[in-house]
Amino acid sequence: MNENNTSNRYYTRFSLGQRYLHGVIMSTFVGLAFTGMVLRFSHTTWAPAVAHAVGGFAAILFFHKFCAVLLTVAFLTHVGYVVVYRGIIKRDKSVFWGPNSMIPQLKDLKDLFGQFRWFLWLGPRPKFDRFAYWEKFDYWGVFWGMAVIGFSGYSMWFAPFFARFFPGSWLNIALLIHGEEALLAAWFIFAVHFFNTHLRPGSFPMDLVIFTGRQTEKELKEKHPEEYQRLLEKGQLQAAQTNAPPEWLTILGRLIGVVVISSGFVLLVLTLVAFFRRQ
Amino acid sequence: MRWPLAAVLILAFAVPAASAQDNSECLACHGQHDLQDQAGHSVYVDGTAQKASIHGTLPCTGCHADIKGYPHPEHPAAVNCSTCHADEAKDVTESVHANVSANTCLGCHGDAHSIVPVNDPQSPVFTLNIPKTCGSCHGNPDMAKKFGFPDVYAMYMDSIHGFALTKDGLLVAASCASCHGTHKILSHTNSESRTYHTNIPATCGSCHNGPERAYFAGIHGQQLKAGNSKVPVCSDCHTAHQIVQVQTVSWQMERSATCGNCHQKQYATYLDTFHAQVSALGYTESAHCWNCHREHDILPASDPQSTIAPGNLVATCGQCHAGATASFVSYRPHADSRDFKSFPALYISALFMNLLLLSIFSFFGVHTLLWFIRSYFDRRKAGARAESGD
Repeated sequence: MNENNTSNRYYTRFSLGQRYLHGVIMSTFVGLAFTGMVLRFSHTTWAPAVAHAVGGFAAILFFHKFCAVLLTVAFLTHVGYVVVYRGIIKRDKSVFWGPNSMIPQLKDLKDLFGQFRWFLWLGPRPKFDRFAYWEKFDYWGVFWGMAVIGFSGYSMWFAPFFARFFPGSWLNIALLIHGEEALLAAWFIFAVHFFNTHLRPGSFPMDLVIFTGRQTEKELKEKHPEEYQRLLEKGQLQAAQTNAPPEWLTILGRLIGVVVISSGFVLLVLTLVAFFRRQ
Repeated sequence: MRWPLAAVLILAFAVPAASAQDNSECLACHGQHDLQDQAGHSVYVDGTAQKASIHGTLPCTGCHADIKGYPHPEHPAAVNCSTCHADEAKDVTESVHANVSANTCLGCHGDAHSIVPVNDPQSPVFTLNIPKTCGSCHGNPDMAKKFGFPDVYAMYMDSIHGFALTKDGLLVAASCASCHGTHKILSHTNSESRTYHTNIPATCGSCHNGPERAYFAGIHGQQLKAGNSKVPVCSDCHTAHQIVQVQTVSWQMERSATCGNCHQKQYATYLDTFHAQVSALGYTESAHCWNCHREHDILPASDPQSTIAPGNLVATCGQCHAGATASFVSYRPHADSRDFKSFPALYISALFMNLLLLSIFSFFGVHTLLWFIRSYFDRRKAGARAESGD
């Protein structure tokens, strides 16, 4: 089998629904990060300028809340679809366990150690299945972030209401953890996630799979060898095969990728500088 | 020297006679436009203007008292306004303008022969003309340099007082004289000066009576009365010459920092809050110091009248936060996440978040770096293999 063949054969990795979900999460996250960081670093020179350009604080807060609601809806839709629909109604156990589940398994721990051995030239590269351990970390990171940032954010939004159940001093903590967790999330996405999925050698400059939903056979074998082997052995490879992504979709994916990655990088630099200057 | 009786009689009748008729005798010469003294200075006097002036009923010799008749001395003595205006002259000699010129009076009151009453719009010391009159020296860059003045004229003209007075012609707006006085202007370092630090509330209060009373009801005013001269007075927040409307965004943006000059810890902890973050973006509706503490009648929390007394917090926070409850107002607007003793939960939350960020970024920092190095070498090897045709 020559290289040309493996680059021409495409397999589905993400469904249209998953791609849309990522699209909504990505755009609302960038929106939240920009509007939020302007507030978090309002003492800088760039923050008031950005706020002014957007239409002042009232506009910033509106966009922030707008994105927050969209993100919450997307998140709850996802949880509802996976847990309630697929897990409970359809009784699809693969959601909760096995190679297609996002639940961390023993293999993820082994892969993590294997990966570090490979980093240090002490062993072969682990054979990842459908989801590598760092992909699962990214995924669960969103859950943790939603819980911390979401809850603290809504507490501040509806402060007098939440004060019926919590003391007002919770608002002190809410702002602190909202801002710190947001820094964690933004820096993690704009540095670690971008590197792991797009900028690392092997994917550079970007991995379009989340936009097209398709990966070539070469990519599947290289990035998810265990999954490839499993599908091959079970005779499911044929079913996963799909057509090549249309050109417009590839171009659109590249365009979105460039815009989001570069704006994320700008925000990363601005916030890092502001953070370490103030400390 | 003994005066001959005839001379005394002549003086006694001739001088009043001259005043009674008019000044025509003097104006016969001094009414000529081109009359000059030996040094070449014009000694022309506009008789009509003089007659219309506040001194119009006086004879020339009323001021030029050393001139007894014609011919008069080559160099008559300088006119001494204090002969009549003794109180004003005394004030001026005690003021910062004491030695400004030979006849200080004319520096402000204008041409000696056409001085009009102060309430005449033509007068250089008419309220609306005062800034320009003072500005002829205090707005002069050379003078400012020479005497080390700040450029108060430009500052004043752009201030709310300057606008009201010079643009709107409001007679009640403060001119230079309203704060500095007129004849007895003293340096602000002089404890008798109207602009001396501890006298400022009374000076401003002569117009702004409400704020003055509120100020003295508050802790700053009480402290000032008690002799603490370190407390802020009007000008510490509002400035002296550049006073702007308090609704101005830029002014509000900078004001909390003014409180922070003394209340450093409270200002630092305020900066950590959402109130300050929002305010820094230019949103003035967010809480500044004065929104909770009030601006003039600031009282400590221990005073039951204070807006931040425990019993008044629901109302105070409720100004912005509709539906504020007793539980809601347990929010700490000056919480310090570095102070474990006072804010243990916040301290622990901050510590936890810092450790979380530190551990995650340490782990993934190493992970990313090692990954980059390893795959870089791997891909270089693969590239070399591909090139050599393996």
